[in-house]
Formats: sequence, structure tokens, C-alpha cells
Amino acid sequence: MSTIAAISTAQGVGGIGVIRISGAESTKIADKIFVPFIGGEKENCIQNLSGYRAKYGRILHENEFIDEVVVLVFKAPHSYTGEDVVEISCHGGLYITKRVLRAVLEAGAALAEPGEFTKRAFLNGKMDLSQAEAVMDLISAKGKRANQIAFGMREGKSSKKIEEIKEELLEISAGLSVWADYPEEDIPQVDESVLKNNIHKICEKLRSMIDNYDTFKSIKEGVKTAIVGRPNVGKSTLMNYLSDSQKSIVTDIPGTTRDAIEETVMIGDIPVLLIDTAGIRDTLDKVEKIGVEKAKKYINESEITLFMVDASSPLCADDRELLKNLDESKTIVLLNKCDIGMKVDINELSTFKNKIVELSALSGKGIDKLKEIIENIVGLSKFDPSDTVISNERQLTALKKATEILEEIINQLDFGITLDAVTVLMQDALGVFMEFTGENVSEAVVNKVFSKFCVGK
Amino acid sequence: MHSEEENNKNNTENINEGYEVSVIGAGHAGIEAALASARLGCKTVVFAVNLDSVGNCPCNPSIGGTAKGHLVREIDALGGEMGRTTDECFLQSRMLNLGKGPAVHSLRAQIDRNRYKEIMKHKLELQENLSLKQAEIIDICRDKTGENWVLTSRNGIKYASKCVVLATGTFLEGVVHIGETSYQSGPDGIFPAVLLGESLKKLGLKLKRFKTGTPARVLRSSINFENLEEQCGDENIVPFSYDTEEIGENKVKCYISWTNDKTKEVILKNIHRSPMYSGKIDGVGPRYCPSIEDKIVRFPDKKRHQMFIEPCGLNTEEMYLQGMSTSLPEEVQIEMYRTIPGLENVKIMRAAYAIEYDIADPQQMNAALEFKEYAGLFGAGQFNGSSGYEEAAAQGLVAGINAALKVKNKEPLVLDRGTSYIGTLIDDLVTKGVNDPYRMMTSRSEYRLVLRQDNADERLTPIGRKIGLISDERYEKFTRNLNLKNEEKKRITKVVIAPSEELNQILVSRETSPIVTGIKMSDLLKRPQVTYKDLEKFDKTKPQIDKSIFEKVEVEIKYEGYIARQNNQIKELRRLEEKVLPEDINYEEIKGLRLEAIEKLSRIRPQNIGQASRISGVSPADISVLIIWLASKSRKKEGN
Repeated sequence: MSTIAAISTAQGVGGIGVIRISGAESTKIADKIFVPFIGGEKENCIQNLSGYRAKYGRILHENEFIDEVVVLVFKAPHSYTGEDVVEISCHGGLYITKRVLRAVLEAGAALAEPGEFTKRAFLNGKMDLSQAEAVMDLISAKGKRANQIAFGMREGKSSKKIEEIKEELLEISAGLSVWADYPEEDIPQVDESVLKNNIHKICEKLRSMIDNYDTFKSIKEGVKTAIVGRPNVGKSTLMNYLSDSQKSIVTDIPGTTRDAIEETVMIGDIPVLLIDTAGIRDTLDKVEKIGVEKAKKYINESEITLFMVDASSPLCADDRELLKNLDESKTIVLLNKCDIGMKVDINELSTFKNKIVELSALSGKGIDKLKEIIENIVGLSKFDPSDTVISNERQLTALKKATEILEEIINQLDFGITLDAVTVLMQDALGVFMEFTGENVSEAVVNKVFSKFCVGK
Repeated sequence: MHSEEENNKNNTENINEGYEVSVIGAGHAGIEAALASARLGCKTVVFAVNLDSVGNCPCNPSIGGTAKGHLVREIDALGGEMGRTTDECFLQSRMLNLGKGPAVHSLRAQIDRNRYKEIMKHKLELQENLSLKQAEIIDICRDKTGENWVLTSRNGIKYASKCVVLATGTFLEGVVHIGETSYQSGPDGIFPAVLLGESLKKLGLKLKRFKTGTPARVLRSSINFENLEEQCGDENIVPFSYDTEEIGENKVKCYISWTNDKTKEVILKNIHRSPMYSGKIDGVGPRYCPSIEDKIVRFPDKKRHQMFIEPCGLNTEEMYLQGMSTSLPEEVQIEMYRTIPGLENVKIMRAAYAIEYDIADPQQMNAALEFKEYAGLFGAGQFNGSSGYEEAAAQGLVAGINAALKVKNKEPLVLDRGTSYIGTLIDDLVTKGVNDPYRMMTSRSEYRLVLRQDNADERLTPIGRKIGLISDERYEKFTRNLNLKNEEKKRITKVVIAPSEELNQILVSRETSPIVTGIKMSDLLKRPQVTYKDLEKFDKTKPQIDKSIFEKVEVEIKYEGYIARQNNQIKELRRLEEKVLPEDINYEEIKGLRLEAIEKLSRIRPQNIGQASRISGVSPADISVLIIWLASKSRKKEGN
């Protein structure tokens, strides 16, 4: 049985993240990425630990230390799953936790299937027979959810780009298949340089998708929405209201929010990534300046901009300056503190027409209207959730695997291998994509052959 | 009219003859089934509607081809007959796909169709334990004890039998269509089996209607070969059978011609007269073997279609028009064929036709090809929804072996997808079912780099030996060659080839880098560009052994990485295949299975987790649930 890994703590920002590895290779895998602080002997230090022992050190990934961690070892059968288990506790919230997991996967672990730790625990006799049904329920529930977020299953629609790549791979496979199975038919010959070129193009696409994963562009993190406005107009208060937490530091001193703070909230059915930018104004304060520049950058990158003004005083020069930098098609104007008094001349904001909301971020007045407008903009804009590609670690691992196989094909073709071997690798690459949807690779290829080629005696 | 009870009573009284295994049909499936059963010592009978149709090839006069050639090699390796007989009567032999890699090398032979029939029939006649009978079986039911089957012939003879193999081909409820004309018929004008279908339905089998077709046979002297491209056989002929020591030579040529705009015009003008398009045929036709009107309608942009003209035998002037099957009216057929270069004055001897027939949904069978609900009843060949002589023979062999094993109360033979194309074929049929006639293709096997035609013996001869179909002599030869291969593989890792100008010249001409120091011969052979032949001069200790052994070694060296990878995949496959699902599972009672999975699993009733995982609509989570359920069940048992 393979060695598996997954994040075993609830996913969220902050706190401690635990990555659990289970299986015969787990200590070996941990050794590949772990460098202890003391005890010096880097070689096999985890493998040499006895059960219930811990080590303190760092995780190395892509030649960089990514976090300080505590590694805890459980020896079979004295562990949750009954196999050798390594648990890596790291700091640093979701991003770091995911990155540690990625390091573990790249060191040779397979991403655990939904409910797989529990399944192994059961199979290894760590659980009571009476728990069997609960385990089956758990697996089926988790499996259902995994299905929903697997490739292309979002809202019943496939990710277009993934579908496109699958289709391209299928076409190549069908071409190779018809070439192998119908040698005497009048069909186009397989040109190796064309083949290589096509595979190369697919690789490029996959690589750019993989690269994009880290830039938080995926739908999972939501529609990027920047909240901008002069300092102390109430941006953090709104953010807190929407996210129902005390993430932003709210004080009366302008410029308290120095770094952009991100939070994903659900507005209607849409996940929205709120970015609470630092109060924008010209400032000489060096630290503050960095925050302001970041904020301007977020405005450009955001899909929706919430422009907030203090309605209890008239628009000032700073507000007008900001107005110039906004793209009105994606901007919603928030007249905050309108419950204190309405001093803003609406005519100055006439270009925003019906995208103006009178708001009280403190009391929540006007929030419903804001939500409605956001939903509208998202619905009307070109925003298409099916266009986003990678939305979780499982998909990332899969695409990486597919890319590796395709790169291997190119190498092997350069080496001079015959095309029958290529057909097998292509099938493996396709398998990566079809595993999620439960399609059968050979059946899909055969169907493609007959729909595309006129063959047969 | 009798009541059903009386009918049964009548059917099961007055048994005339008793057998252990009865085979209905003596086509390619029936022959292998009957021979295997008789050779395994069972008292066997095989029935044919007409004894002159035993081993008939009512379509193309050739055996093998891509993936089908693999099947024939596997049949031979397991102890079947098709390969040997083909070697005895081939007219032209070609190894297809040379240069595309060893996984897709496929042997194909044009055969003398009458000789083939004659040889096969004679082999059946000479076989110990085997009776060959001309009889149309019209009824099949269980006897009073429920232990045996009783078959009734049209002439009123009753045969009792422990096991029955149904291999009815295209005879079952066969209807031939030529244009507006249609009539009940089997292939090649032989009368069909019209009553058996009713009896099978009464028994409760689920039947489906399929369709296939064949082109016309035309008179050789009416063809003008002058401007046609010729196709000749290979210089070095590789036999199908591992038994064949001396192989004959090529005796005939085939020819290639093309359809044109005029052909298309004639077809489209008359398309409404094709029963496929007028709605007269309900059966589902094969996608891989479309009629010419299908090709023209489905691929309108294609300017011309290739066709082959192939001789049907040495003592006949009939020629087969491969690629030109049709169900258009005969007068349209003539007009259409005559638009083709070389066929301007062609004379049809037998018109092309389409044929509809009944098949049994193969999902009713297990991987031993036995009906899950009908112990002792097996199906094989076109009856199971496949197409092709080779696919039929492969299933016939497995069904015959399993019928015999059943008689002997032994465990059935199940070939998994990792062993063979035969196993892949059967698994596809019984797990996925069929929507149109199933043809074997190399792309259907995920393990094709391991399942090569060159190593069919290594994969299957030990299994055939264990069953009892491989003679001592054959097995000795097999082990001898296996040892020689292993020695040779060892030898080339020891032989070091020194750099020399001559060698480097060869290497450079093959577009691979020259060597500067001595290099192991095995390392040189790893390079795709380098062959044994290239190294002959520099290899001083090359042993005098059969050249097929060198070929095997070369493939194993060159594809070592791929083979290892596929072997690992096969290992994983077997891990799941070993988890047996009990026959009496009530899937509705297993918590956590999705509705779709419950429906599919209940209908198909897979034998193990591996098979279950290949059913479309059964997700990985469903499989996990099944694994947990199995484990908890076995733990409960231990607890008791």
C-alpha cells in the first residue's frame, strides 16, 4: 500500500497546521524534507526516531526553508492508522500548511483519498467493528464532496481549460491508436515532430496553470474585491461586518491598517475575496507608503472595487484623486456613516448611477443592497467560474503528474523510442484527467477513433 | 398445445444420448470450445446446422491483423487450434506494423477458406472424446433434477449434458437483408436457427439484436488487375503457432483500389434502398466495420475510400472485396462496384448482404463466460456480442476449458487483463457490456507493452500446461527456449563491445552517439536505434539459437523501464482482483454506496473489487466503501 499524506487540521488561516503522513515510507519521506536544528545528524534522523518521539527543525522545499516545525513519529501498529505515521506540525496558516504538504507529496507520498486515513485505521483493526458503517458513511460523504470539487465538477460544469486539454490529449491518443490499429487504412501518418510539438504545447499550458495556482487567482479564493478609501472611512469595519470576525485592526487613528488583509466571505452563492487595503493617501510615512502602493496594486488586480467615502463630510481632494484611478465599470461607491449625516454631493458621483449604496458599516444598514449589486456585477461581468482551473491541492498534484508524463514523452521521443511506448504514456496522462470523472481511458480513446476516422473493412 | 409443464416433461423424457459438454455451433468459437473440452477428457458433442459450414469464414478470407493476431498467438499458447490451422493453409502472411514498436506488431495471414474448413472439420472428426453432429438444436432446458441440460434437435433427438456452450454466431434468428429483400437465413445462405432463440428467451436470457455485413464475392477473371497496386506477403514468414517448425511460402497477391465520385453518386442516389437507412434494420451495426454506404454518409468530406481485393482460395476464382460491405440491392451493388478502377466489368458471384442476429447481453456472464444465473450454461463468440473469427475463437477456448473444468469440479479459468488480450476481451464484454459488435484493438489493452505477440507463450503456455492442453513435447520446447532466452539476457550484460571505427560508423549512421570506451552489449541494445543485427560483427560469442529468441531479448532490453512500470500496474490490478465479492451481496444494504453504484453493482454483480472498479458509474469512494464492507464482513466471521 502506498504512503499517503494530507492536511489533518481544519483548513483555515492561523493556528497550527498538521500534515499527517501514513504508510511504510512515511519516515523516509519526512527525512527527505526535514532538517533538524539540533542533533546534527540530518541523515535519517526521523527514521531513527522511536515511536512517540519528536524532533524540532525546518522543512526544506525548493531549496528554501519554509517553516519551523515539530515532527512527531508514531510506529506501527501504535498509531491512528496502524501504520507508521509522521505528523508535521507547522505554523503559518493555510499557505504554509499547503506548501509543507506539497513538499511531502513531491518527496513521494500520494495525496490521501477522502476518508483514507480512517479507512486504513479500520482495515488495520484500529477501529471497532461497530464503527464500520460510520466509516463507510464518512467515506461516501467525503467522496461526494471531493467529486464536486474534482476537475470540472464545479457547478456541474467542467473547467473549460481542463476539458480542452483532455480533449487535445484524447485527439492525440486517437490519432496514435488509429495509426496502430489500422495500419493499412488510408489515414494520415503520425508525424513525430508534429506530435512532439503538440505535446509540448499542452505541457506549456499545464505549466502556466500550475504557476498560476500560487497567485490566488482561482475561484476558491473568490472574486477579488478591494475595499478602498481614505483612512478611517470605515473599511475595516465593513470587512469585519462581512466576515464576522475581528481580523482588521480597528482604531480611530488613520492608517492603522498597514497591510492588506484578505478574507473570503460568501455573498449569496459567490465566494468573495475581500481585500481591506491600507488607507490610501499621500503620506511621507515610509511604512505607510508601502501599504498604499500595495493597495493601488490591489485596485488594479481586483475584479470589483468597493470605493468607500465618509458621507458625514463632503468629498475631499484625496477622495477625488482616488476617483480618477477607479474603473467605474467595476466600482461600487459606498457612502458610509450615512446615519451620522449626509454631506456628500451625489452629483459628483453621477457616473456610478445605480451602484451607489448608502451604508452604515457599523449597524449593517445597506449591506443587503451591497450584496445585491455585487451579485449583479459578478453575474453580468465576464467572470466565468468554469474558466478558472486549479482549485485544490489534489488537482495541482494531478496536473503536475500529467505534465511529468508528457515531458517524459518528449524526452523519450528525442531518445528515439517507438510510438507504441508513447501510446502507453499518453494513456497514463489521460488517466490523470479521467480518474476524477470515472471515465474509462481506453473506451474514450476507442470512441474517439470511430467518431473521427473512417476506418474498417 | 401442451402446457409448459407437459412441455418440460416431454423435453426431459426419453433422453437419446448423454454428454458431459455440448457445444451448439461449430464456427470458430464452437470449434475451440469443443476441442478444448474433448482434449481435457470430457465426453463432448458439437452441433452444426450444416456440417459443410464447420469453421466457415463467411466474411474476409484472412486470420489475424492488429490485436487479432495477438489473440491467435494467445489461443495457440494456451493450447487452441486456430494458429496451427492457419499456418497449414495460409496463402499470404504479413507482420503488420513493423517499425511502430513491438507492442503493435501483429501477424495476419490470407487463408484458403475451403482448406481451412476442411482441416478444421477433419480435426474435429479425428478428436478423441468428440462427436461432430449435423443438427439444429431447437430447445434447451434443465432436466428434472436441475443438474443437467437437455437439448432437443429439430429431428426430435434429445441430448442430456452437464454443460452447454452456446456459440451460435450469426445463426440465431438470423435475417439477411439485400436492398428491399430480406429473409430468414444464416450466413452464406445456410439456414438459420430460428427456434432456439425463443427457447433461450423462455429460459430467461436477455437477448439483443445486432447487425453485421459482408461485401460481395466476385469472379477473378472479370477483374482487370493491370493498373492496381499489388500487396505481397513478407519475405520472412513468422508462423502463428509455436508448434509450427516449417512454414510454407506466400502463394497469392492482394490488390488495392479506390472508390471515387461516381461510386459516391451511385450510393447516394440509391441510399433510400439500403435497409440500414430505410429503417428496416433495427440491429446495431459495428462501428469498426461500416458498410460503404455508412462510410460515405458519415464521412462526406472523404473523397475516396480504399478497398482491397483478396483471393478466397487456391481452388476457387472467388475474390473478396474488403472495405466494400453493403446492403444495397444487388443491381445497385453491380452498378456501384463497376465504378471502381479494375472492377469496370466485374461479375458478382455472391452478392453482399447485411445480417441481423440475436446475441446475449454478456453482462449476464462471469469472467469464466458462464451465465451467472444458469450454472453450466456458457456463451462464446458472436453470441456474446463480439465480432471477428479471432475474438470468437478466444472466447470459445475459454468457455470450452471452463465447461470441462466445471464437469471435473475444478476452479474455473479466469484470465485477467494483465495476462492477455483474451482476458481483456472477456473482461470488457462481461463488465462493460456491448452496444455494438466488439472488435479487439491494441488500444483496448492498458498493458499492451507487456501483452505482446512475441511473448504470448511466456504469458499463457504455463497456464495451458496446468490445465492440460499443452503436450510434454510442446512444454519442453517452451522451457528450453525460455532458458535460452534467460541465458542470452545474462550473456549480453557480460559481453563488452570495444569501440572501433566500424562500429562508430554504424552508430553514427543510426543517429546515435559513437562510443569511446568499451560498453556492455546490453547497454548498446538499450538504444532504440541499435539492433542485434547491427552488432553481429562485433559480437564474437553470439549463440546459435532461434532468431525469435533474440527478438524477445531485444524487446525486453529496450523496453525494460516500460515493462517494469506496466508489471507494477498489473500487480496493483491483481491486488484488487483478489478481493472477491460474494455472489449473494445485497448492495442496497451497504450503507454509503451511491444510488447509481447500487444499481450497476446489483445488475452486473462483479466477482471482485477489481472488476467493480472498472464499471462506469462506480466511483473510487464506492470502491472504498466496498473494501470496508468486505473487511468488516470477514472480521465478523472471524469473531464467530
